[in-house]
Amino acid sequence: MKLSVNNVTKTFYPHGKDSIEVLCPISLEIHTGDLYVILGPSGCGKTTLLRIMAGLEEPTSGEVYFEGQIVNSPSKERGMVFQTFTSFPWLSVKKNIAFGLELNGDNKEAIPQIVDYYIDLMGLKGFENYYPKDLSGGMKQRVAIARTLANKPDVLLMDEPFGSLDAQTRWQMQELLLKVRSELETTIVFVTHDVEEAVFLSNRLCVLSSRPAKIVQELKIPFGDERKLDIKGTKKFLEVEQTVHGLIRTSIGSVQ
Amino acid sequence: MDLKFKEKLSYKRYARFSSITFILFFLLWCILSYGGLVQHYFLPSPTDVIRDLYILFLHDGFMTDVIDSFMRVFTGFLISAVLAIPIGILMGSFHYFDALLSPFFGYIRFMPASAFIPLLILWLGIGFTEKIAILFISIFFYLVLFVADIARNVKRELIETAVTLGANKRQVLWKVIVPASMPGIWDAMRIMVGVGWTTLVIVEIVGAQTGIAAMMIESQRFLKTGRIIAGIITIGFLGLICDFFFKKTYNIFFKWAED
Repeated sequence: MKLSVNNVTKTFYPHGKDSIEVLCPISLEIHTGDLYVILGPSGCGKTTLLRIMAGLEEPTSGEVYFEGQIVNSPSKERGMVFQTFTSFPWLSVKKNIAFGLELNGDNKEAIPQIVDYYIDLMGLKGFENYYPKDLSGGMKQRVAIARTLANKPDVLLMDEPFGSLDAQTRWQMQELLLKVRSELETTIVFVTHDVEEAVFLSNRLCVLSSRPAKIVQELKIPFGDERKLDIKGTKKFLEVEQTVHGLIRTSIGSVQ
Repeated sequence: MDLKFKEKLSYKRYARFSSITFILFFLLWCILSYGGLVQHYFLPSPTDVIRDLYILFLHDGFMTDVIDSFMRVFTGFLISAVLAIPIGILMGSFHYFDALLSPFFGYIRFMPASAFIPLLILWLGIGFTEKIAILFISIFFYLVLFVADIARNVKRELIETAVTLGANKRQVLWKVIVPASMPGIWDAMRIMVGVGWTTLVIVEIVGAQTGIAAMMIESQRFLKTGRIIAGIITIGFLGLICDFFFKKTYNIFFKWAED
Protein backbone atom coordinates (compact mmCIF):
# COMPACT_ATOMS: atom_id res chain seq x y z
CA MET A 1 0.00 0.00 0.00
CA LYS A 2 1.28 3.43 -0.81
CA LEU A 3 -0.45 6.75 -0.29
CA SER A 4 1.53 9.73 -1.44
CA VAL A 5 0.82 13.43 -1.26
CA ASN A 6 2.64 15.43 -3.94
CA ASN A 7 2.99 19.20 -3.53
CA VAL A 8 -0.59 19.57 -2.40
CA THR A 9 -1.84 23.09 -1.69
CA LYS A 10 -5.26 24.33 -0.72
CA THR A 11 -6.70 27.81 -0.83
CA PHE A 12 -10.22 28.61 0.31
CA TYR A 13 -12.33 31.50 -0.93
CA PRO A 14 -14.88 31.89 1.83
CA HIS A 15 -16.26 35.30 0.78
CA GLY A 16 -15.65 35.34 -2.93
CA LYS A 17 -12.40 37.14 -3.47
CA ASP A 18 -10.71 37.01 -0.06
CA SER A 19 -8.52 33.96 -0.10
CA ILE A 20 -7.24 31.90 2.80
CA GLU A 21 -4.20 29.80 2.09
CA VAL A 22 -4.49 26.68 4.21
CA LEU A 23 -1.77 24.39 2.90
CA CYS A 24 1.65 25.32 1.56
CA PRO A 25 2.94 22.72 -0.84
CA ILE A 26 2.98 19.54 1.22
CA SER A 27 4.51 16.25 0.20
CA LEU A 28 4.54 13.08 2.21
CA GLU A 29 4.37 9.36 1.73
CA ILE A 30 2.63 6.68 3.76
CA HIS A 31 3.52 3.00 3.48
CA THR A 32 1.97 -0.26 4.59
CA GLY A 33 2.02 -0.67 8.34
CA ASP A 34 2.62 2.98 9.17
CA LEU A 35 0.86 4.67 11.99
CA TYR A 36 1.51 8.09 10.59
CA VAL A 37 0.47 10.96 12.80
CA ILE A 38 -0.05 14.45 11.43
CA LEU A 39 0.36 16.87 14.31
CA GLY A 40 -0.35 20.57 14.16
CA PRO A 41 -1.93 23.43 16.07
CA SER A 42 -5.70 23.97 15.90
CA GLY A 43 -6.88 25.43 12.64
CA CYS A 44 -3.61 24.77 10.82
CA GLY A 45 -5.15 22.81 7.98
CA LYS A 46 -4.35 19.27 9.06
CA THR A 47 -7.96 18.19 8.77
CA THR A 48 -8.10 19.67 5.28
CA LEU A 49 -5.01 17.68 4.36
CA LEU A 50 -6.61 14.46 5.62
CA ARG A 51 -9.85 15.21 3.78
CA ILE A 52 -7.89 15.69 0.57
CA MET A 53 -6.24 12.33 1.17
CA ALA A 54 -9.69 10.78 1.64
CA GLY A 55 -10.92 12.36 -1.57
CA LEU A 56 -13.54 14.41 0.25
CA GLU A 57 -11.93 17.63 -0.92
CA GLU A 58 -9.93 18.61 -3.98
CA PRO A 59 -6.48 20.11 -3.68
CA THR A 60 -5.99 23.54 -5.27
CA SER A 61 -2.81 22.21 -6.83
CA GLY A 62 -0.75 19.05 -6.54
CA GLU A 63 -2.17 15.58 -6.28
CA VAL A 64 -2.67 12.60 -4.01
CA TYR A 65 -1.81 9.15 -5.32
CA PHE A 66 -3.16 5.95 -3.88
CA GLU A 67 -1.52 2.83 -5.26
CA GLY A 68 -0.32 4.90 -8.19
CA GLN A 69 -3.80 6.19 -9.03
CA ILE A 70 -4.80 9.81 -8.62
CA VAL A 71 -7.31 10.29 -5.81
CA ASN A 72 -10.26 12.42 -6.87
CA SER A 73 -13.16 10.94 -4.97
CA PRO A 74 -13.75 9.06 -1.73
CA SER A 75 -13.57 5.29 -1.77
CA LYS A 76 -13.91 2.47 0.69
CA GLU A 77 -10.22 1.65 0.37
CA ARG A 78 -9.56 4.80 2.36
CA GLY A 79 -11.84 4.50 5.39
CA MET A 80 -12.40 7.57 7.51
CA VAL A 81 -13.23 8.17 11.17
CA PHE A 82 -14.36 11.69 12.07
CA GLN A 83 -14.02 13.76 15.21
CA THR A 84 -17.76 14.30 15.52
CA PHE A 85 -19.87 11.27 16.38
CA THR A 86 -21.04 9.76 13.13
CA SER A 87 -22.84 6.61 14.22
CA PHE A 88 -26.09 6.43 12.28
CA PRO A 89 -28.57 7.09 15.07
CA TRP A 90 -31.36 5.01 13.49
CA LEU A 91 -29.23 1.86 13.41
CA SER A 92 -28.26 -0.34 16.33
CA VAL A 93 -24.56 -0.88 17.06
CA LYS A 94 -24.68 -4.14 15.12
CA LYS A 95 -26.37 -2.56 12.11
CA ASN A 96 -23.98 0.38 12.18
CA ILE A 97 -21.01 -1.94 11.93
CA ALA A 98 -22.66 -3.90 9.13
CA PHE A 99 -23.46 -0.72 7.17
CA GLY A 100 -20.47 -0.76 4.83
CA LEU A 101 -20.64 -4.51 4.31
CA GLU A 102 -24.27 -4.29 3.25
CA LEU A 103 -23.60 -1.41 0.87
CA ASN A 104 -21.00 -3.26 -1.03
CA GLY A 105 -23.04 -6.37 -1.67
CA ASP A 106 -20.68 -8.62 0.27
CA ASN A 107 -21.64 -12.17 0.97
CA LYS A 108 -24.75 -11.67 3.12
CA GLU A 109 -24.30 -14.81 5.22
CA ALA A 110 -20.81 -13.80 6.26
CA ILE A 111 -21.84 -10.38 7.61
CA PRO A 112 -23.03 -11.38 11.12
CA GLN A 113 -19.79 -13.24 11.72
CA ILE A 114 -17.64 -10.30 10.61
CA VAL A 115 -19.72 -7.93 12.74
CA ASP A 116 -19.32 -10.19 15.77
CA TYR A 117 -15.58 -10.24 15.30
CA TYR A 118 -15.35 -6.42 15.35
CA ILE A 119 -17.77 -6.14 18.27
CA ASP A 120 -15.41 -8.38 20.22
CA LEU A 121 -12.29 -6.61 19.05
CA MET A 122 -13.57 -3.14 19.91
CA GLY A 123 -14.96 -4.19 23.29
CA LEU A 124 -18.58 -3.60 22.33
CA LYS A 125 -19.90 -6.91 23.60
CA GLY A 126 -23.25 -6.49 25.32
CA PHE A 127 -24.02 -3.31 23.38
CA GLU A 128 -24.89 -4.96 20.05
CA ASN A 129 -28.51 -3.88 20.09
CA TYR A 130 -28.08 -0.44 21.64
CA TYR A 131 -28.89 2.67 19.67
CA PRO A 132 -26.12 5.29 19.54
CA LYS A 133 -28.09 7.73 21.70
CA ASP A 134 -27.68 5.32 24.63
CA LEU A 135 -23.89 5.10 24.21
CA SER A 136 -21.16 7.25 25.75
CA GLY A 137 -18.86 9.27 23.48
CA GLY A 138 -16.10 6.68 23.77
CA MET A 139 -18.47 3.88 22.83
CA LYS A 140 -19.74 5.85 19.83
CA GLN A 141 -16.18 6.20 18.57
CA ARG A 142 -15.62 2.47 19.07
CA VAL A 143 -18.62 1.86 16.85
CA ALA A 144 -17.32 4.30 14.23
CA ILE A 145 -13.91 2.62 14.20
CA ALA A 146 -15.39 -0.88 14.10
CA ARG A 147 -17.68 0.12 11.24
CA THR A 148 -14.77 1.44 9.20
CA LEU A 149 -12.51 -1.52 9.98
CA ALA A 150 -15.20 -4.06 9.11
CA ASN A 151 -15.08 -2.63 5.61
CA LYS A 152 -11.41 -3.70 5.39
CA PRO A 153 -9.92 -0.45 4.15
CA ASP A 154 -6.31 -0.40 2.98
CA VAL A 155 -5.70 2.67 5.05
CA LEU A 156 -7.64 4.11 7.98
CA LEU A 157 -7.79 7.91 8.05
CA MET A 158 -8.61 9.30 11.48
CA ASP A 159 -9.44 12.96 12.05
CA GLU A 160 -8.92 13.74 15.74
CA PRO A 161 -11.13 10.78 16.60
CA PHE A 162 -10.56 11.13 20.34
CA GLY A 163 -10.71 14.93 20.39
CA SER A 164 -14.06 15.18 22.12
CA LEU A 165 -13.45 12.49 24.74
CA ASP A 166 -12.39 12.99 28.35
CA ALA A 167 -8.77 12.23 29.26
CA GLN A 168 -9.29 8.75 30.72
CA THR A 169 -11.43 7.57 27.85
CA ARG A 170 -8.96 9.07 25.42
CA TRP A 171 -6.07 7.05 26.93
CA GLN A 172 -8.17 3.92 26.88
CA MET A 173 -8.97 4.48 23.22
CA GLN A 174 -5.33 5.14 22.35
CA GLU A 175 -4.32 1.82 23.85
CA LEU A 176 -7.22 0.08 22.14
CA LEU A 177 -6.19 1.56 18.81
CA LEU A 178 -2.66 0.21 19.19
CA LYS A 179 -4.00 -3.21 20.14
CA VAL A 180 -6.30 -3.28 17.14
CA ARG A 181 -3.51 -2.15 14.88
CA SER A 182 -1.15 -4.91 15.99
CA GLU A 183 -3.91 -7.47 15.53
CA LEU A 184 -5.09 -6.33 12.08
CA GLU A 185 -1.86 -4.72 10.83
CA THR A 186 -3.88 -1.77 9.63
CA THR A 187 -2.16 1.22 8.10
CA ILE A 188 -3.33 4.38 9.86
CA VAL A 189 -3.06 8.10 9.23
CA PHE A 190 -4.02 9.94 12.39
CA VAL A 191 -4.54 13.67 12.76
CA THR A 192 -4.30 15.34 16.16
CA HIS A 193 -3.25 18.55 17.91
CA ASP A 194 -2.32 16.69 21.09
CA VAL A 195 1.47 16.23 21.34
CA GLU A 196 1.31 13.44 23.91
CA GLU A 197 -1.21 11.52 21.84
CA ALA A 198 0.90 12.00 18.72
CA VAL A 199 4.08 10.73 20.35
CA PHE A 200 2.35 7.81 22.03
CA LEU A 201 0.65 6.52 18.91
CA SER A 202 2.93 7.20 15.99
CA ASN A 203 5.78 5.36 14.46
CA ARG A 204 6.18 8.24 12.04
CA LEU A 205 5.25 11.74 13.04
CA CYS A 206 4.84 14.79 10.86
CA VAL A 207 4.78 18.18 12.58
CA LEU A 208 2.91 20.92 10.75
CA SER A 209 3.24 24.66 11.30
CA SER A 210 0.30 26.95 11.93
CA ARG A 211 -1.68 28.16 8.93
CA PRO A 212 -0.74 28.00 6.12
CA ALA A 213 0.52 24.56 7.10
CA LYS A 214 3.90 23.39 5.96
CA ILE A 215 5.91 20.46 7.20
CA VAL A 216 8.21 21.55 10.02
CA GLN A 217 9.78 18.15 10.42
CA GLU A 218 9.13 14.45 10.00
CA LEU A 219 10.33 12.19 12.80
CA LYS A 220 10.55 8.48 13.49
CA ILE A 221 9.26 7.59 16.93
CA PRO A 222 11.38 4.83 18.43
CA PHE A 223 9.09 3.02 20.88
CA GLY A 224 8.30 -0.13 18.94
CA ASP A 225 4.83 -1.45 18.25
CA GLU A 226 3.94 -2.91 21.65
CA ARG A 227 3.25 0.17 23.74
CA LYS A 228 1.43 0.43 27.02
CA LEU A 229 0.17 3.62 28.61
CA ASP A 230 2.91 3.51 31.24
CA ILE A 231 5.57 4.51 28.72
CA LYS A 232 4.05 7.98 28.91
CA GLY A 233 5.86 8.51 32.21
CA THR A 234 9.29 7.37 31.03
CA LYS A 235 12.20 9.74 30.58
CA LYS A 236 12.62 8.77 26.95
CA PHE A 237 8.98 9.56 26.20
CA LEU A 238 9.09 12.92 27.92
CA GLU A 239 12.24 13.81 26.01
CA VAL A 240 10.61 13.09 22.66
CA GLU A 241 7.54 15.00 23.77
CA GLN A 242 9.73 18.01 24.67
CA THR A 243 11.46 17.89 21.31
CA VAL A 244 8.13 17.89 19.50
CA HIS A 245 6.80 20.71 21.68
CA GLY A 246 9.91 22.65 20.75
CA LEU A 247 9.29 22.10 17.05
CA ILE A 248 5.75 23.39 17.32
CA ARG A 249 6.80 26.38 19.39
CA THR A 250 9.40 27.49 16.85
CA SER A 251 6.90 27.02 14.01
CA ILE A 252 4.28 29.19 15.67
CA GLY A 253 6.85 31.82 16.58
CA SER A 254 7.40 33.39 19.94
CA VAL A 255 4.81 35.86 21.26
CA GLN A 256 7.39 38.12 22.85
CA MET B 1 -44.35 29.75 42.97
CA ASP B 2 -40.62 29.95 42.34
CA LEU B 3 -39.96 30.44 38.63
CA LYS B 4 -36.73 28.90 37.35
CA PHE B 5 -35.45 28.93 33.80
CA LYS B 6 -35.50 25.53 32.07
CA GLU B 7 -37.10 23.89 35.08
CA LYS B 8 -39.31 20.95 34.16
CA LEU B 9 -42.50 20.29 36.07
CA SER B 10 -43.47 16.79 37.05
CA TYR B 11 -46.17 15.23 34.89
CA LYS B 12 -48.74 15.59 37.65
CA ARG B 13 -47.92 19.20 38.39
CA TYR B 14 -48.00 20.03 34.69
CA ALA B 15 -51.44 18.45 34.37
CA ARG B 16 -52.69 20.33 37.38
CA PHE B 17 -51.48 23.67 36.04
CA SER B 18 -52.79 23.12 32.54
CA SER B 19 -56.24 22.20 33.87
CA ILE B 20 -56.46 25.56 35.65
CA THR B 21 -56.82 27.44 32.36
CA PHE B 22 -59.45 25.05 31.07
CA ILE B 23 -61.46 25.26 34.26
CA LEU B 24 -61.29 29.07 34.38
CA PHE B 25 -62.42 29.27 30.77
CA PHE B 26 -65.25 26.86 31.42
CA LEU B 27 -66.31 28.75 34.55
CA LEU B 28 -66.43 32.02 32.63
CA TRP B 29 -68.62 30.36 30.03
CA CYS B 30 -70.91 28.98 32.75
CA ILE B 31 -71.23 32.34 34.49
CA LEU B 32 -72.02 34.18 31.26
CA SER B 33 -74.54 31.65 30.01
CA TYR B 34 -76.25 30.24 33.13
CA GLY B 35 -76.09 33.60 34.84
CA GLY B 36 -78.12 35.03 31.97
CA LEU B 37 -75.53 37.75 31.32
CA VAL B 38 -75.59 36.95 27.62
CA GLN B 39 -78.63 35.92 25.61
CA HIS B 40 -78.68 32.17 25.02
CA TYR B 41 -79.00 32.47 21.23
CA PHE B 42 -75.75 34.46 21.38
CA LEU B 43 -73.96 32.20 23.81
CA PRO B 44 -75.65 28.90 24.60
CA SER B 45 -74.84 27.17 27.86
CA PRO B 46 -72.65 24.08 28.10
CA THR B 47 -75.74 21.90 28.58
CA ASP B 48 -77.27 23.37 25.40
CA VAL B 49 -74.12 22.55 23.45
CA ILE B 50 -73.95 19.02 24.81
CA ARG B 51 -77.63 18.54 23.90
CA ASP B 52 -76.93 19.87 20.40
CA LEU B 53 -73.97 17.52 20.00
CA TYR B 54 -76.17 14.63 21.09
CA ILE B 55 -78.92 15.55 18.61
CA LEU B 56 -76.42 16.15 15.82
CA PHE B 57 -74.77 12.77 16.11
CA LEU B 58 -77.80 10.67 16.99
CA HIS B 59 -80.62 12.23 15.00
CA ASP B 60 -79.19 14.51 12.32
CA GLY B 61 -76.60 12.16 10.82
CA PHE B 62 -73.73 14.49 11.68
CA MET B 63 -71.32 11.55 11.47
CA THR B 64 -71.50 11.65 7.66
CA ASP B 65 -70.48 15.33 7.78
CA VAL B 66 -67.58 14.48 10.04
CA ILE B 67 -66.51 11.67 7.72
CA ASP B 68 -66.81 13.96 4.68
CA SER B 69 -64.67 16.61 6.33
CA PHE B 70 -62.17 14.08 7.51
CA MET B 71 -61.85 12.55 4.05
CA ARG B 72 -61.22 15.98 2.53
CA VAL B 73 -58.44 16.78 4.97
CA PHE B 74 -57.05 13.27 4.70
CA THR B 75 -56.98 13.25 0.88
CA GLY B 76 -55.58 16.76 0.58
CA PHE B 77 -52.96 16.01 3.17
CA LEU B 78 -52.02 12.66 1.68
CA ILE B 79 -51.52 14.02 -1.83
CA SER B 80 -49.49 16.92 -0.45
CA ALA B 81 -47.28 14.66 1.65
CA VAL B 82 -46.72 12.09 -1.10
CA LEU B 83 -45.44 14.85 -3.38
CA ALA B 84 -43.79 17.14 -0.85
CA ILE B 85 -41.62 14.51 0.84
CA PRO B 86 -39.65 13.25 -2.19
CA ILE B 87 -39.44 16.69 -3.80
CA GLY B 88 -38.38 18.28 -0.52
CA ILE B 89 -35.71 15.64 0.03
CA LEU B 90 -34.31 16.25 -3.45
CA MET B 91 -34.31 20.02 -2.83
CA GLY B 92 -32.47 19.56 0.45
CA SER B 93 -29.99 17.12 -1.03
CA PHE B 94 -29.06 18.76 -4.32
CA HIS B 95 -28.61 22.47 -4.78
CA TYR B 96 -29.81 22.24 -8.40
CA PHE B 97 -33.28 21.18 -7.30
CA ASP B 98 -33.18 23.82 -4.63
CA ALA B 99 -32.44 26.56 -7.17
CA LEU B 100 -35.10 25.24 -9.51
CA LEU B 101 -37.90 25.05 -6.96
CA SER B 102 -37.14 26.82 -3.68
CA PRO B 103 -37.62 30.46 -4.78
CA PHE B 104 -40.74 29.56 -6.76
CA PHE B 105 -42.37 27.57 -3.96
CA GLY B 106 -41.31 30.22 -1.48
CA TYR B 107 -43.16 32.79 -3.56
CA ILE B 108 -46.36 30.78 -3.85
CA ARG B 109 -46.25 30.00 -0.15
CA PHE B 110 -46.94 33.64 0.65
CA MET B 111 -50.18 33.60 -1.27
CA PRO B 112 -52.98 32.58 1.08
CA ALA B 113 -54.65 29.38 -0.08
CA SER B 114 -58.06 30.99 0.39
CA ALA B 115 -57.15 33.55 -2.28
CA PHE B 116 -57.24 30.71 -4.81
CA ILE B 117 -60.82 29.76 -3.99
CA PRO B 118 -62.53 32.00 -6.60
CA LEU B 119 -60.10 30.86 -9.28
CA LEU B 120 -60.41 27.20 -8.44
CA ILE B 121 -64.19 27.34 -8.26
CA LEU B 122 -64.08 28.83 -11.75
CA TRP B 123 -61.80 26.08 -12.98
CA LEU B 124 -63.01 23.07 -11.04
CA GLY B 125 -66.51 23.89 -9.75
CA ILE B 126 -67.39 23.36 -6.10
CA GLY B 127 -66.93 19.63 -5.93
CA PHE B 128 -64.47 17.41 -4.14
CA THR B 129 -61.61 18.27 -6.53
CA GLU B 130 -61.78 21.99 -5.83
CA LYS B 131 -61.67 21.37 -2.09
CA ILE B 132 -58.72 19.02 -2.37
CA ALA B 133 -56.92 21.51 -4.61
CA ILE B 134 -57.22 24.25 -2.01
CA LEU B 135 -56.15 21.97 0.80
CA PHE B 136 -53.22 20.96 -1.37
CA ILE B 137 -52.17 24.57 -1.91
CA SER B 138 -52.37 25.28 1.79
CA ILE B 139 -50.31 22.25 2.81
CA PHE B 140 -47.93 21.34 -0.02
CA PHE B 141 -45.89 24.53 -0.36
CA TYR B 142 -45.17 24.80 3.33
CA LEU B 143 -44.49 21.11 3.78
CA VAL B 144 -42.12 20.88 0.82
CA LEU B 145 -40.00 23.76 2.14
CA PHE B 146 -40.08 22.24 5.62
CA VAL B 147 -38.86 18.89 4.29
CA ALA B 148 -36.17 20.57 2.18
CA ASP B 149 -34.88 22.31 5.28
CA ILE B 150 -34.85 19.10 7.27
CA ALA B 151 -32.98 17.18 4.55
CA ARG B 152 -30.52 20.04 4.15
CA ASN B 153 -29.69 19.84 7.85
CA VAL B 154 -28.65 16.19 7.79
CA LYS B 155 -25.15 16.22 9.26
CA ARG B 156 -22.52 16.44 6.53
CA GLU B 157 -20.35 13.93 8.38
CA LEU B 158 -23.06 11.27 8.14
CA ILE B 159 -23.08 11.62 4.38
CA GLU B 160 -19.29 11.67 4.21
CA THR B 161 -19.07 8.61 6.42
CA ALA B 162 -21.38 6.72 4.10
CA VAL B 163 -19.40 7.83 1.06
CA THR B 164 -16.08 6.74 2.55
CA LEU B 165 -17.71 3.39 3.33
CA GLY B 166 -18.42 3.00 -0.36
CA ALA B 167 -21.98 4.32 -0.72
CA ASN B 168 -23.06 5.62 -4.13
CA LYS B 169 -25.45 8.56 -4.56
CA ARG B 170 -28.58 6.43 -4.49
CA GLN B 171 -27.42 4.67 -1.33
CA VAL B 172 -26.59 7.96 0.40
CA LEU B 173 -30.06 9.21 -0.42
CA TRP B 174 -31.94 6.09 0.70
CA LYS B 175 -29.75 4.86 3.52
CA VAL B 176 -28.66 8.16 5.07
CA ILE B 177 -30.66 11.23 4.07
CA VAL B 178 -34.10 9.59 4.12
CA PRO B 179 -33.81 7.84 7.50
CA ALA B 180 -32.01 10.82 9.05
CA SER B 181 -34.80 13.16 7.91
CA MET B 182 -37.77 10.99 8.88
CA PRO B 183 -38.28 12.21 12.48
CA GLY B 184 -38.21 15.83 11.34
CA ILE B 185 -40.58 15.10 8.47
CA TRP B 186 -42.98 13.36 10.85
CA ASP B 187 -43.03 16.43 13.06
CA ALA B 188 -43.57 18.68 10.05
CA MET B 189 -46.52 16.53 8.99
CA ARG B 190 -48.03 16.82 12.46
CA ILE B 191 -47.94 20.60 12.20
CA MET B 192 -49.24 20.67 8.63
CA VAL B 193 -52.23 18.46 9.41
CA GLY B 194 -53.32 21.23 11.76
CA VAL B 195 -53.06 23.73 8.92
CA GLY B 196 -55.20 21.34 6.86
CA TRP B 197 -58.05 21.51 9.40
CA THR B 198 -57.86 25.29 9.44
CA THR B 199 -58.14 25.46 5.66
CA LEU B 200 -60.95 22.93 5.64
CA VAL B 201 -63.25 25.33 7.48
CA ILE B 202 -62.70 28.05 4.89
CA VAL B 203 -63.17 25.59 2.06
CA GLU B 204 -66.45 24.30 3.45
CA ILE B 205 -67.80 27.70 4.39
CA VAL B 206 -67.39 28.88 0.80
CA GLY B 207 -69.55 26.33 -0.91
CA ALA B 208 -70.10 22.88 0.42
CA GLN B 209 -73.33 21.01 1.03
CA THR B 210 -71.79 18.60 3.50
CA GLY B 211 -69.09 18.72 6.10
CA ILE B 212 -68.68 20.09 9.58
CA ALA B 213 -68.30 23.73 8.54
CA ALA B 214 -71.19 23.43 6.08
CA MET B 215 -73.38 22.40 8.99
CA MET B 216 -72.07 25.38 10.95
CA ILE B 217 -72.85 27.91 8.24
CA GLU B 218 -76.36 26.48 7.90
CA SER B 219 -76.86 26.66 11.66
CA GLN B 220 -75.80 30.28 11.60
CA ARG B 221 -78.58 31.06 9.13
CA PHE B 222 -81.13 29.62 11.59
CA LEU B 223 -79.44 31.13 14.63
CA LYS B 224 -78.69 27.72 16.10
CA THR B 225 -75.63 28.96 17.94
CA GLY B 226 -75.30 25.79 19.99
CA ARG B 227 -74.71 23.77 16.84
CA ILE B 228 -72.01 26.19 15.66
CA ILE B 229 -70.15 25.75 18.91
CA ALA B 230 -70.69 21.99 18.71
CA GLY B 231 -69.02 22.11 15.26
CA ILE B 232 -66.07 24.08 16.57
CA ILE B 233 -65.62 21.62 19.41
CA THR B 234 -65.77 18.69 16.99
CA ILE B 235 -63.08 20.18 14.75
CA GLY B 236 -60.90 20.89 17.73
CA PHE B 237 -61.32 17.33 18.89
CA LEU B 238 -60.44 15.88 15.47
CA GLY B 239 -57.34 18.08 15.32
CA LEU B 240 -56.35 16.79 18.72
CA ILE B 241 -56.73 13.19 17.53
CA CYS B 242 -54.48 13.85 14.50
CA ASP B 243 -51.89 15.44 16.75
CA PHE B 244 -52.07 12.52 19.12
CA PHE B 245 -51.69 10.08 16.23
CA PHE B 246 -48.48 11.71 15.02
CA LYS B 247 -47.03 12.03 18.51
CA LYS B 248 -47.73 8.39 19.38
CA THR B 249 -46.44 7.01 16.10
CA TYR B 250 -43.35 9.22 16.42
CA ASN B 251 -42.51 7.52 19.69
CA ILE B 252 -43.03 4.11 18.11
CA PHE B 253 -41.11 4.71 14.86
CA PHE B 254 -38.31 6.88 16.16
CA LYS B 255 -37.31 5.31 19.44
CA TRP B 256 -33.74 5.87 18.32
CA ALA B 257 -34.06 9.63 17.91
CA GLU B 258 -32.06 11.86 20.22
CA ASP B 259 -34.15 14.53 21.86
